[in-house]
Amino acid sequence: MSYWIPFALFTPLVTGMLALILPDRGRLRAVVGLAGSLVFLIAAAGLLRAAAGGEVLVYHFGDWPPPFAISYAADILGALMIFVTALVSLGTAIFAFGDIDDRQSRGGYHGFVHIMVFGVCAAFLTADLFHLFVAFEILLIASFALVVLGSERPQFEGGLKYVALNLFASLLFLSGVGLLYGMLGSLNMADLANLAAAHENPAELSVAGALLCAAFAIKSGLFPLYFWLPASYHVPSSAVSAIFAGLLTKVGVYALFRVIPLIFAADWSFFQAWLLPVANFTMVLGVFGAVVQKNFRRLLSFHIISQIGYIILGLALFTPLALAGAVLYLIHNILIKTNLFYIAGYVQQLRGTGNLKYLGGLYKERPGLALLFLLSALSLGGLPPLSGFWAKYMVVRAALEAGAPVSAGLALFTGFFTLFCMMKVWTEVFWKNPPEQAEEPSDSDASAPAFTSKRLPLVTTAAALVTILLFNLLALAIGLYPEPLVQLAEGAAAQLIDPSTYIRSVLAPTP
Amino acid sequence: MTVLLSIVTGVLFGTGLYLMLRRSLTRLLIGLLLMANAANLVVFVSSGPIKGNSPLVAEGAQALEAAAADPLPQALILTAIVIGFGVLAFAVVLFSRVFLNTQSDDSEELTQTES
Repeated sequence: MSYWIPFALFTPLVTGMLALILPDRGRLRAVVGLAGSLVFLIAAAGLLRAAAGGEVLVYHFGDWPPPFAISYAADILGALMIFVTALVSLGTAIFAFGDIDDRQSRGGYHGFVHIMVFGVCAAFLTADLFHLFVAFEILLIASFALVVLGSERPQFEGGLKYVALNLFASLLFLSGVGLLYGMLGSLNMADLANLAAAHENPAELSVAGALLCAAFAIKSGLFPLYFWLPASYHVPSSAVSAIFAGLLTKVGVYALFRVIPLIFAADWSFFQAWLLPVANFTMVLGVFGAVVQKNFRRLLSFHIISQIGYIILGLALFTPLALAGAVLYLIHNILIKTNLFYIAGYVQQLRGTGNLKYLGGLYKERPGLALLFLLSALSLGGLPPLSGFWAKYMVVRAALEAGAPVSAGLALFTGFFTLFCMMKVWTEVFWKNPPEQAEEPSDSDASAPAFTSKRLPLVTTAAALVTILLFNLLALAIGLYPEPLVQLAEGAAAQLIDPSTYIRSVLAPTP
Repeated sequence: MTVLLSIVTGVLFGTGLYLMLRRSLTRLLIGLLLMANAANLVVFVSSGPIKGNSPLVAEGAQALEAAAADPLPQALILTAIVIGFGVLAFAVVLFSRVFLNTQSDDSEELTQTES
């Protein structure tokens, strides 16, 4: 029994509840959120330190014997994800100081965001399939509230698409869990793995597996199920879209990594046969979608999809190198993508618009910000020596070694277009001259774009710059000294390929 | 019993999916409601419901005397119903707010997020 697990799990929940019940006076709720995120970061660091050696930490609620207990377990992958979640949670708590206005704070922003983080943590740590469903629902209902917090028309429309598709995915997930329980009679993932290995007809189980896969694929935004994502991720306030972009799709990806190789190992070739083409399509179509976008955050939303393709490619190849690359990609992508959304949010605060047509000239005004954006953008494109390079290098090399040259070629092709797309943003937002006043749309309303930056309150500027700087430094550190993270990713890959330690640890009788 | 419930589940899923594919937002919502019930029924049916016996071990006995229904799926369904109720309640409010904002029940009108 490891007490790091409940510590890391319940810190965001307690933070969220405190932020909901405390009076909304001054910046009290924001301060509580920041303090809670710091405690959470300590808990996550402790968890990662304890799990880094390769030992799988286990916690059984109520101290019941497994497999009857609701078990939570943290292997290297789970602990890494919790640590990155804590970083994103901290970053968003700082960014929120400048981005969340009084009305959204009164609406419960600080409570919902930490309860959502609690749901994300539960999904990363649980070893119980039904609890994975419950964790998904917790994070979904909190995210539903966050999408529509601003009560503007685009938010309602985007929220509706987000809610409808994600509810549908949850129903598929629940049906899959029900079928699997009917066939195997257990919900503990380790127990399910043993029972499934002993099952005489693995193809029968794959029916339930396909339902689970469809549900996870919708949630992680895989081709052809991603259309809800670019319709909803750019509508909420900047802090909300940053944390969504970083964490939510990755929960679906993590569930694919955790559940499918563990429980459906016997029929793996069936899943591999469609994961590979789906990964290829996701990469290429995601980036094609991004190239034509005119809205900064919507463009970045399409890049989320394309980057998910790389990670799923690693899963589909299922070699040690590919999985290590995919885990590294996951970590790198969470940090970089969140950071790009922070930058897009800051630009929106400065100019009052995210439309690339009305932006420009920011290089002259804010050269530091332009440099920070360039660093993140090049890292997303995978230029050495930034963090994206190592992840992309490992995935592409694994694809070549595993005899999937088409996927490797498409990955490089996508990388090129990602870079092209980032250069387009660079030109439109930072490099070109701001448009002439004459180009202003005639139906200009209160939110009409300003062609020079507004004067922002000091706290807004400071919060945004501190967050962006922090995440850029993290990405730079990974790029310049990737060795520790690569070792962790290799450990996580070894545990995914041979889950016997995980199964043994979860099912070990409690002393 | 199992056959009948399976057919009911299939009909609920089919109807729900058909309604979800309509353009009307109200039908989308009703489709979601039907499918939520269908998913709960899947959990119930696939666990093999058995009529008449309660899963209680008699005093002094070591095991169940006759096959009885597994109580765990029923607990799962109860959880899923409560979660589904909360989520769908939110969805109803959201759909009504969308209607008040757009004055339209047509999903083709929801184009503000497409650019």
